[in-house]
Amino acid sequence: MTHPSPRPDVLVIGAGIVGAACAYYCTAAGLRVAVVERGAIGSGTTSACEGNILVSDKEPGPELDLALLSSRLWQEIAEDLGRSAIEYEAKGGVVVAGSRETAEGLRHLTARQRTAGVDAVDIGADELFELEPNVTREAVGGAFYGQDAQVQPTLAAARLLRRARLRGATVHVGTGVTGFVRDKRGAVTGVRTDSADVPVLHARWVVNAAGTWAGQLSELAGAPVPVLPRKGFVLVTEPLPRVVRHKVYTAEYVANVASSDAGLETSVVVEGTRGGTVLIGASRERVGFDRRMSLPVLRKLAAQAIGLFPFLADISLLRGYLGFRPYCPDHLPVIGPDPRAPGLLHACGHEGAGIGLAGATGHLLAQQLSGEKPDLDLTPFRPDRFEEATP
Amino acid sequence: MTTAPFSFIFTFDGEPVRALSGQSVAAALIASGRRSWRHTRTEGRPRGVFCGIGVCFDCLVTINGRPNHRACLVEARPGDTVTTQEGTGHDDLAC
Amino acid sequence: MTTSRAERAGDPYDIAVLGAGPAGLSAAVTAAAQGSRTVLIDAGARPGGQYWRHRDGDDGALHHDWSQFRRLQRESAAHPLLDRRFGHSIWHVERTEEGFTVHSTCDDEPRAVRSRTVIVATGAYDRQLPFPGWTTPGVFTAGAVQALLKGQGVLAGKRVAVAGTGPFLLPVAAGLAEAGATVVGVFEAGLPTAFGRHPVAVLRNLPKLAEGADYLSTLLKHRVPYRTRTTVVAAHGTDNVTGATVARLDDQWRIVPGSAREIDCDTVAVGYGFTPQTEIPLQLGCEMALDADGSLVARVDSRQRGTADGVYVAGEACGVGGAQLSMVEGELAGLHASYATNGSRVDRRRLARLLRRRAAQRSFAAAMHQAYPVPDGWQSWLDEDTLVCRCEEVTAGTVRAAVGDLGASDPRAVKLYARPGMGLCQGRVCGYATACLVARADDRRPTADDLRGMAARPVAQPLTLGALAAGSDDNSA
Repeated sequence: MTHPSPRPDVLVIGAGIVGAACAYYCTAAGLRVAVVERGAIGSGTTSACEGNILVSDKEPGPELDLALLSSRLWQEIAEDLGRSAIEYEAKGGVVVAGSRETAEGLRHLTARQRTAGVDAVDIGADELFELEPNVTREAVGGAFYGQDAQVQPTLAAARLLRRARLRGATVHVGTGVTGFVRDKRGAVTGVRTDSADVPVLHARWVVNAAGTWAGQLSELAGAPVPVLPRKGFVLVTEPLPRVVRHKVYTAEYVANVASSDAGLETSVVVEGTRGGTVLIGASRERVGFDRRMSLPVLRKLAAQAIGLFPFLADISLLRGYLGFRPYCPDHLPVIGPDPRAPGLLHACGHEGAGIGLAGATGHLLAQQLSGEKPDLDLTPFRPDRFEEATP
Repeated sequence: MTTAPFSFIFTFDGEPVRALSGQSVAAALIASGRRSWRHTRTEGRPRGVFCGIGVCFDCLVTINGRPNHRACLVEARPGDTVTTQEGTGHDDLAC
Repeated sequence: MTTSRAERAGDPYDIAVLGAGPAGLSAAVTAAAQGSRTVLIDAGARPGGQYWRHRDGDDGALHHDWSQFRRLQRESAAHPLLDRRFGHSIWHVERTEEGFTVHSTCDDEPRAVRSRTVIVATGAYDRQLPFPGWTTPGVFTAGAVQALLKGQGVLAGKRVAVAGTGPFLLPVAAGLAEAGATVVGVFEAGLPTAFGRHPVAVLRNLPKLAEGADYLSTLLKHRVPYRTRTTVVAAHGTDNVTGATVARLDDQWRIVPGSAREIDCDTVAVGYGFTPQTEIPLQLGCEMALDADGSLVARVDSRQRGTADGVYVAGEACGVGGAQLSMVEGELAGLHASYATNGSRVDRRRLARLLRRRAAQRSFAAAMHQAYPVPDGWQSWLDEDTLVCRCEEVTAGTVRAAVGDLGASDPRAVKLYARPGMGLCQGRVCGYATACLVARADDRRPTADDLRGMAARPVAQPLTLGALAAGSDDNSA
């Protein structure tokens, strides 16, 4: 239906939040964009997460810089698309410390985060109970992060792409990429697909925004990036009035996010949604693409959530979903051109922070493709960094 | 195992409702001429029984202070206090 | 907890039968008779499922095949190798190294039962199509009206319009009329004379036809009008049904212009066939298929085995076909699952007889499905503000915008952007209609994948987080 259009400048593989943000910013920069997606818009990991836009869970470093930029950009996106249209809520994050020692450790973290530009306020028990009246009275204090926000992730992906389409982008859903097209000099010039309508799609640049499947795709392109699945469960309660005001999590969460341990880790994250449900998240397991529900994980999440918000014991679990977070061994995303395959760029490996980091990722990639100097140095995110690391 | 049915009273929004032993709360309410005992959380629309077999969750009602009972599945008991459920039924938790 | 002969301390049961309707009762009684240590689990307070929904002390006067139920009920209660657990609402079936753990709640307390194999016999519920006013109190599913009458002894209303499609409308209307309600009409959207095109299937199932004739003569006796290619296209009233609009339909179920008329009624009972309950086969990774009636069903082989190891499926969950077919399938599943777990021999002649009966019943069911199709024209009955999802109050307009404006290319995407199916019923009621609306935008009918996107429910029933956190394992004590 769309073939008569001229060859696009940019072909984005993947219509998850990152691919959608790339399409949004590239079209805004005046580039011609096509998007190819094997499922539906936002149907992968984007549909299996909580929509977090966080700075609070990051240590100072390149990822926090990316998150801070993204947090600003998401505000702009929300103004552009309409806050309610993507259920953008600048609700702020509350980290809860269960013991004096944890509170002490958290204060060290917030001090370092503040120097990096994070708006982090140490709070005592009384302030905590004022911010979150339903939180456990066992808590001794914590921290408040004013920049933490939330969107409805699939809606955000759909709305970003809707805007991109209005600016001329074409989106091919239900179309899987089966291979890459290269010219005589080895440069990537397009992709082959499993669709009879568009068996080949050509473009000046191809962006790998295939989320957790970006690793497989990069191998297909002959320029591998080590993106691996980390399984995570989210529990969804029955609809409730506003019972949890912010994104609330335990101080241990920060330790887990940065962890490389195999096996199961849970540290609970609890937050409300505009739909009324409360989301309970953040189990992390490295078990490949295993789609089975793991009852011990669910039990542990439930117990931890009740520990944080005792009223939840009598609240019903309505649904549960699982997703595969795309992670790289050094827990940093891969963003930018791949020197091993001219014409190919990556925008993947965002682990559990894909929604939050999508804004900056799309923006930086668009700057790169339109010849501007990116607002952030992309060196820490370069695709070929893993080869140097292996002896 | 089978005992002769007997009738008893529970209250719905303060009014007495007669039920037969073994009867569901929904059946007793319908037999009393009532059709709805819940208001939806978004539009505030009245709802009562739709599927009658526990599938649709439309007949939610608050019984003895606990919301979200499926009235079509729960057997009425003498002395139950049944009340119209507003929205999620959890307004007491709102903050 | 006491240990019965069926429940050996520390050991899993040979077979867990999930659902105690015609298929499950039949499967459980057969399995126990074959020497399998069996547990029968059902959410209801007593056996019988929807088909034999009854009250304590029920004389069976309102029921068909009551003597079969009495026999199954007696045998299931008496057999030492069969444990029965009623009031157990199953929320998840987990695959384990030894087989399965069936997780349920009973009075909000967590329960878990372990078994080597499972027989899924979870039945079906009324399939619904949205129409303006269908959320008004006083609009019931046909099954609800039947359940209130048979299970509770309560008439849903005084002046009832019965509408939809399929043979199930007849017993509902006949039951209402016999119990003293005024049935203002049976409005059958289809044209079931098409049934006559399958003489062989019909001849092999004469008892069913006699049953239908019985109902028709009851309706005649009570002077209940029976109209085909006609249905209720709107219900009126705000807090209560005050009337309905009935219209003639063309062969695609679009309203024949000028045919709409108001009728005086206080109750509408509707049903457009049945939707099988397939969450457990989906949880266990069974392959699914699209049945002739457009329903998502678990694929089974000649032994009633699903495609996942150790999973058997009997009754409506592998294809809607009624109580007699369900009992045959249950018996087959009970025999084969017993052979698989304890090697008990199966009488060849008994097997041959069951297979013949299954073939006959299935061809009858297929003929029924062909005679009562659900074409897409119902979508033209909807206003933009007609609710599709009752739980989340999502309108037809919102669903269509999710497709047209936001680019949703399948029902799951619509669910993610616009929330139909996100509520407490988890898409059980709106799943089929949503899938039809989305497919229609693409000029096609829903596929198995479309329906699966609205039917996957890893948590099949709500349970409190407290119950989840506590966990339980009943037969490891």
